[in-house]
Amino acid sequence: MSRSKFDPQVWLPKLVLAPTMLITLVFIYGFVAWNAYLSFSKSRMLPRYDWAGLQQYERLFSNDRWWVAAQNLFIFGALFIVFCLIVGLLLAIFLDQRIRIEGAIRTVYLYPMALSFVVTGTAWKWMLNPELGLQKLLRDWGFENFTFDWLVNPDMAIYTVVIAGVWQSSGFVMALFLAGMRGIDDSIVKAAQVDGATLPTIYRRIILPNLGPVLFSALIVLTHIAIKSFDLIVALTGGGPGFSTDVPATFVYAYAFTRGQIGVGSAASMMMLMAVVAIIIPYLYSELREKRA
Amino acid sequence: MSSRTAGAGMHPGWRVLTYAILLVAALYYLLPLFVMLNTSLKSLAEIRSGNLLSLPQDPSLAAWSKAWGSACTGISCDGVKGYFWNSVKITVPAVLISTMVGAINGYVLSKWRFRGSNLFFGMLLVGTMLPFQVVLLPMARTLGELGLAGTVSGLIMVHVIYGIAFTTLFFRNFYIGVPDDLVRAARIDGAGFWRIFFRIMLPMSLPIIMVSLIWQMTQIWNDFLFGVVYSSGDAQPITVALNNLVNSTTGVKEYNVDMAAAIIAALPTLLVYVLAGSYFVRGMTAGAVKG
Repeated sequence: MSRSKFDPQVWLPKLVLAPTMLITLVFIYGFVAWNAYLSFSKSRMLPRYDWAGLQQYERLFSNDRWWVAAQNLFIFGALFIVFCLIVGLLLAIFLDQRIRIEGAIRTVYLYPMALSFVVTGTAWKWMLNPELGLQKLLRDWGFENFTFDWLVNPDMAIYTVVIAGVWQSSGFVMALFLAGMRGIDDSIVKAAQVDGATLPTIYRRIILPNLGPVLFSALIVLTHIAIKSFDLIVALTGGGPGFSTDVPATFVYAYAFTRGQIGVGSAASMMMLMAVVAIIIPYLYSELREKRA
Repeated sequence: MSSRTAGAGMHPGWRVLTYAILLVAALYYLLPLFVMLNTSLKSLAEIRSGNLLSLPQDPSLAAWSKAWGSACTGISCDGVKGYFWNSVKITVPAVLISTMVGAINGYVLSKWRFRGSNLFFGMLLVGTMLPFQVVLLPMARTLGELGLAGTVSGLIMVHVIYGIAFTTLFFRNFYIGVPDDLVRAARIDGAGFWRIFFRIMLPMSLPIIMVSLIWQMTQIWNDFLFGVVYSSGDAQPITVALNNLVNSTTGVKEYNVDMAAAIIAALPTLLVYVLAGSYFVRGMTAGAVKG
């Protein structure tokens, strides 16, 4: 079969892919470059394309609210990831014990993932509201001095975001771990049992060490969810009280779209991109290495 | 795919404990849904006198009908029904278009590879990890130039553009598993590009089509970021309307209406999850892990 330039089998695939290539170049790479340029410009209320060097970044780094947001992301991200991993792993181990109604239980653990973060935020905002929420419930049950006002306490409000986030995402981590456990070769476990290994030993010595790749994937996904968290914070705390629960994603929105500080907003969004790049690179590296091995 | 460990060899006490822990966890996950439903069926007076778990004495759907038809969200007081339909009008076309484009892209990137196509796939994958904050401003400007700012069509466009990376990923990884010999044989028989796609590839794609449809549907229905930035007034999707309703500061806080509206906003994706849970989980792992 000779392939001339005019053979549709040669040009048709390229033609079919062309619109997506164009879209990718313009709306992903082009827009990132555009946004990067904005972050080096004098833009305030309106985009202005005069070069301003690192002015916007200097403004960003001298902004207290930005550092609160960055610190919140750090606190929220770390706790969210650790608790999702612990809860997800424990539930996966318990579910791996020939549980009779495993399918139904799995469905229940996972359904929050189908909800929008706005719905999750709305539900937890109601439950955590100190007047009529969990605090009242516990007081009605006889714990009269029970106080749970984290939602309106600037020092504690960020932890309510962790509570709601873990509720939403831990079931997903459970599903990842469970799939990983089921993928481990049965014969190794059987052999260990024949040798008289106890259940905890089997998990500690055989199953958990084999979950490395799953743990890594879960870590990437959770970090990514944490960095992008926006809707959950808007719906649950609105970034408040004050701006005590601001995160970079809400900071970008506020500066770029409601406070008329386009330059600072785009600089902040570039910092978010840097954070994501920092987690993608080791991921891509490990993926490529696996393929080569 | 069988449960691995010798659960049978476990001490009965441990077994009971395992079940107890699993059930407590299940209650924890169900609690917010139950509280939402419970609250939505009570009157405001009852909400104030009772607590989160006290059952409604006189269950009523009044809050539901108010949330749907007459609650105030920001400026207007027509409930969330208009916004619910906006979300339908945004989600249905965006899901269908992005899935169709993804299927064809995946076909090319797996069965008609050319020089540079792998590199392009790599470049496209970056789109699955991109924090969208970084494209918000340029896209806002572009939508304005195109006259699509604040419209349903504008949101459809945005969702299609940033959904293609995911749908292409799904189909490409699915078609990679289809033997190349099948395509080669069809070509020897004289079948061309489109014929192979429609006659051979598409008929075997039902599982991945489901994954793509469900993934895109949940993503787009649940989207808040694009919705809040690119829509205004009566073009807003349901997630934005729900947030406006719950966080509006005027008047008496009607928790029962808030909860009914939240359930209405969650219903379509919950329904999809209950009906097609296994595809849902597959999409989540494929999209999330591979992305």
